[in-house]
Parts: sequence; C-alpha cells; structure tokens
Amino acid sequence: MSLAPAGAVPVTAATTAGTTAGRGAPPARRRPARRTVASVGWGVLALLVSAAFAFPVYWMVSTSFLPTDLISGPELHLWPDEPTLRNYDTAIFRQERSPFLPALGNSLQVTFLVLVASMVLAFLGSLALTRFRFRGRRAFVLSILVVQMIPGEAMMITVFQLVDTWQLLNTVVALGVVYLAGVLPFTIWTLRGFVNGVPVELEEAAMIDGCSRPRAFWKVTFPLLAPGLVATGVFAFLQAWNEFMMALIIMTRPESMTLPVWLRTFQQATKATDWGALMAGSVLVAIPVVVFFLLVQGRMTGGLVSGAVKG
Amino acid sequence: MASTTLTPPGAAPAPRATRAITAARLLPWLLLAPSAAVLLVVTGYPLVRMLWLSVHEYERAQLLGVPAPFVGLDNYTATLTDPRFWTVTARSFAFMVVCVVLTIVVGTLVALLLMKLGRGMRLVLSVGLLLAWAMPPLAAMLVWGWIFDTQYGVVNHLLTSLTSTDWMGHSWLVSPLSFFAVATLVVVWGAIPFVAFTLYAGFTQVPGEVLEAAHLDGANARQRFVDVQVPYVRTIYVVLIVLSMIWDLKVFTQIFVLQGIGGVKSQTSTLGVYIYEMGMAQGHYGAASAIAVVFTLVMLTISAYYVRVTIREETP
Repeated sequence: MSLAPAGAVPVTAATTAGTTAGRGAPPARRRPARRTVASVGWGVLALLVSAAFAFPVYWMVSTSFLPTDLISGPELHLWPDEPTLRNYDTAIFRQERSPFLPALGNSLQVTFLVLVASMVLAFLGSLALTRFRFRGRRAFVLSILVVQMIPGEAMMITVFQLVDTWQLLNTVVALGVVYLAGVLPFTIWTLRGFVNGVPVELEEAAMIDGCSRPRAFWKVTFPLLAPGLVATGVFAFLQAWNEFMMALIIMTRPESMTLPVWLRTFQQATKATDWGALMAGSVLVAIPVVVFFLLVQGRMTGGLVSGAVKG
Repeated sequence: MASTTLTPPGAAPAPRATRAITAARLLPWLLLAPSAAVLLVVTGYPLVRMLWLSVHEYERAQLLGVPAPFVGLDNYTATLTDPRFWTVTARSFAFMVVCVVLTIVVGTLVALLLMKLGRGMRLVLSVGLLLAWAMPPLAAMLVWGWIFDTQYGVVNHLLTSLTSTDWMGHSWLVSPLSFFAVATLVVVWGAIPFVAFTLYAGFTQVPGEVLEAAHLDGANARQRFVDVQVPYVRTIYVVLIVLSMIWDLKVFTQIFVLQGIGGVKSQTSTLGVYIYEMGMAQGHYGAASAIAVVFTLVMLTISAYYVRVTIREETP
C-alpha cells in the first residue's frame, strides 16, 4: 500500500456516482414511497453537512465584502449588505503592514521553483528506482519512506541554522530548496508508483520496432505518466503555496515574506484586528488554491485506495 | 546509452562492452544524484546536526561563536525530568487522540452518507467537502478565529440570539479547554474531507454481491457495515489512522495561530509549538534539539507500521 501507487485510477465522489445506487437493498422489499422519503431525508442531511463544511469559506468571502462599520456593528450580517471592495483595497495597498505585492511575488517564485524542480528531480529519481536494478536501490526507497515521516517541526532549528550559515535567510532560493527537500520523498515515491504501472514490455515492444531505449521511454512510457506528473505537481504546488512554519522562520523581513506569513501580519498585539481586510487577504491567498483544487480533485484520492482493497 | 541496461545481469560481458556497462551502472546514480544531494544536505545534515546539538550546551551565545561544550545526555535528562515537557506531551497526545477519533468516526459517517446519495446530492456534498479540504491551513485558521471572535464573532452573535444569555464578549480562547475545543473543531473540519473521500472510494470497491448476500442472509445494516464493509477496507483504515495520528501530533500552524489570536501559550502549546518556543523564541537550541530528537523517535515509532506495510507490498 502506498500513498499513490501505480496507475492510480481517479476515484472521486462525482465520477463513481451511480455505481452504487441501490446496492445492498433488493428493491422489491421496500415500498417506493418509503424509499423516496428516505432519500429526501438523506438529501437534506447531505445539504446540511455540505453547508457546515463550506460555511467558513462562505463566511470568509462574505465578510471580505462587508464594510468595516457593519463588521463591527451590533447586528449580524449573514449576507454582505452594502458590498464594498474597500477591504481588498486595504489588504493590497495599505502599506503600514508589509506589502501584498512583494509577498505575492515571493510566493509565486517559490511555488514555481518548487514545482518545476520537484517534478524534474522526482522524474529522474523515479526512473532510476524503477527501470534499473542496482545496489542500494531498496535502501534508497526505504530511506525516502522514513524521511517522509520525520516531522519538519523537529527540524526547524537546524534547518534555520543551516540556511543562516549559508547567509541565505530571506531568499527565495533557500526557502525553495527547503521545500524541495520536504516534497521530494513523496513526489519520488508517487512517480515511482506510476512508472512501475507502465509495463516495461511496452517499451521493449517499441524497441523491437526499432526505437532506441531513451526514445522508447519518451514515446511510450512518458505520455502514460501524465496523471502521475499532475498528482506530484499538485502536491508540490500546495506545499509551496500553503506552507507556513518554515516560511515563518526563514522569511522574516517584510519584503521577503510569502503570502501565509504576510497574512499573519494582519494581527498585531497592539491593535484591534481589521477582520474585513484580513478576510479579503485570506480570499486572495485561498482562491487560487480552491479553484485549482476543484479542477484537479479527481486525482487526489484515488491513489490511496487503488490496490488497497483485498478480497 | 541506457540501452545497455538490458544486458542480462549474469551475462559475461564482451571486452568491448565493459565501458558501456560501467556507464550503465552509474546511470541510475546519476539520475538519483540531484535528489539525493538535496535530501542529504537539507534533510540529512540537519538531522545529524540535531543529534549533535542535543548533546551539547547550545544557547544564543554559541550562535555568536562561543564554543559549545559537550554535555552528554544532560539535555535529555533535563528534558525528561521537566514537568513542562510531560505536560506538553500529554496535552499533544490527548489532543491527537480526540482529533483522530473524531476525524475517523465522522469521516466514516460522511463516507456512508456519500454512499446513500444519488448523483446530484453527492456532488453537492462533495463540493462542500472539497471547499473545506482546499482551504490553506493558515487562511482557514484565521477564518475560524474570526468566526469565534470575542467581540463580533458569528458564534457569539448566534448564541446570544439563540439563548437568553448575552455571549457577546465571551472569549473562546482564554480557557485552555475551550481553546482546544476550537482547535479540535478546526483540525477535524480540515481533516474529514480527505478521510471521507478515501473511505468512500474504498467502500465503493466492496463488491455489491457480497453485501447483497449478507443482506439475504439476514444481516442488518449495522452488521453489514461492521462485518462486511469494514474488513474490506481495513488497510485503508489503518493507513488513515496512522497518517491522522502523525498529522495531528505534529500540528503547528493551527495552535500557533490560535495562540496569536488569543490563547495562553504556557497552557496550550503542543510539541511542535513547544520546540519553536524553546528553540527559535528562547534560544535554548540544545535543549530544544533534545526534545526534537525524542519527538522524531515518537513519530518514527508511530509510522513504523505504515512503513512496514508499504515496504511489504512493494514489488521487489
């Protein structure tokens, strides 16, 4: 069992719909009317649960459009009455805190760096671990599995000191490399599963037809790895965009903060929190991830499950 | 170049091929080299350094160049005899257990609900879950901070209008117990979607005939769940529980941010935050490293089963 084994088939709530309808309940035993009542009941429950999970996201968006005097007024506003963009204006352009645009720039740079580097390195690494037999292969596989379990929280002091010794505090490159080390074990492991899922015989067939080995790999196996590359890319993107703790200790200067660290500067001990601006800032940080997530969600859960169910 | 790797391992190499074979031996290492280098420098070295720090006296002064004296296991004995360490550890474990149990139980219920639904409502529920799952932890934490805000939070508003008491101005974060109630809610809320989707995907792979047979044999819904569905997805449960334990034990962002909004640090720190406090904030690098080593060992112990299962299922 692995986090995302070979050729994981995307299994999601939406795509598998219908396959389970009516399972386990021979239709003849229940009267249709009771069935309808029950299914309406389940539907209402689903609606409530869905609303409960989505509520904080709704509340963030709603508050972000609410004028400050209504936010701190005596009335509760469940809907953004008198909607305004002023909170966004405050979050983005008011310079008394650390500025938004440099933080956005830093986050984009770190994310891009981690995304590209992790995919290239993990791809090369997974090739080595799947298409070659060599001494130390199993040891390497075991060590990336174990490394994955070492909590970053334990390593923060020595990672900080390492970056400090290199005089690379507050640099995108240092944070990027730290993140890269954090995501590599998982990305190598995942991609390795996907490469394993493509039978080497396919490549050999292409070679019999006259392809060279690299060309056979490139033409036959690589296109089949697209889902794996997407899965690892998503993981790297989310890590680099969302990570907070390492960014907190490595990117301390206002102009080198990433977005999560920037978000925290809204709360200052001496002043009341401007919740409207803070929610606007949260929307700015969260929306790219949420949109991205909804687009690629099909590949997120299948991995853990495929192959794990045994008869 | 890579084509030479197809040479069967035991085949006697013709002299001409020797160089090619050496290249083929090196090639996998060449491909692994960049990853191995990054991991050695940014994970391996700090790990060794952490062990080194944990047996030396290392404070702010040593950061400025004062030599660090070797103190043997002093940092460890100091840590293990410090009641604060045990309080923090007990707190972290209690928090972890509550979060894991709630996550798995509610996650199972949501997964079963997904099974019950038709296509349309399943999509509705999936979107709600996905929104919660997708929220960046820090942004989610701040939103929850706003929801539970002392002065204008929606929870206090609603409680005031629903009950006869005036809740406005009630602080949820000052008392450690309600601080952790909020933290639990946030962590569980964020963790359930992954668990629910994974379990749902697992449940859909249980063959319908088996469930039907159980039904015909007179098994009720509860028996079908406990005796048929759960055994089928046992491995998934084990992995989900282990992963949840690890994630909830090392929780940092949520606790750290909630403390920033209004918690009492000394009464609410978990292990990750405690290491940050001791090391980064107070500069007791040696002592904090000793805690970090203990913490790492605990994590590795918990994940040992997961690693073993994974390796065993690994094709040779």
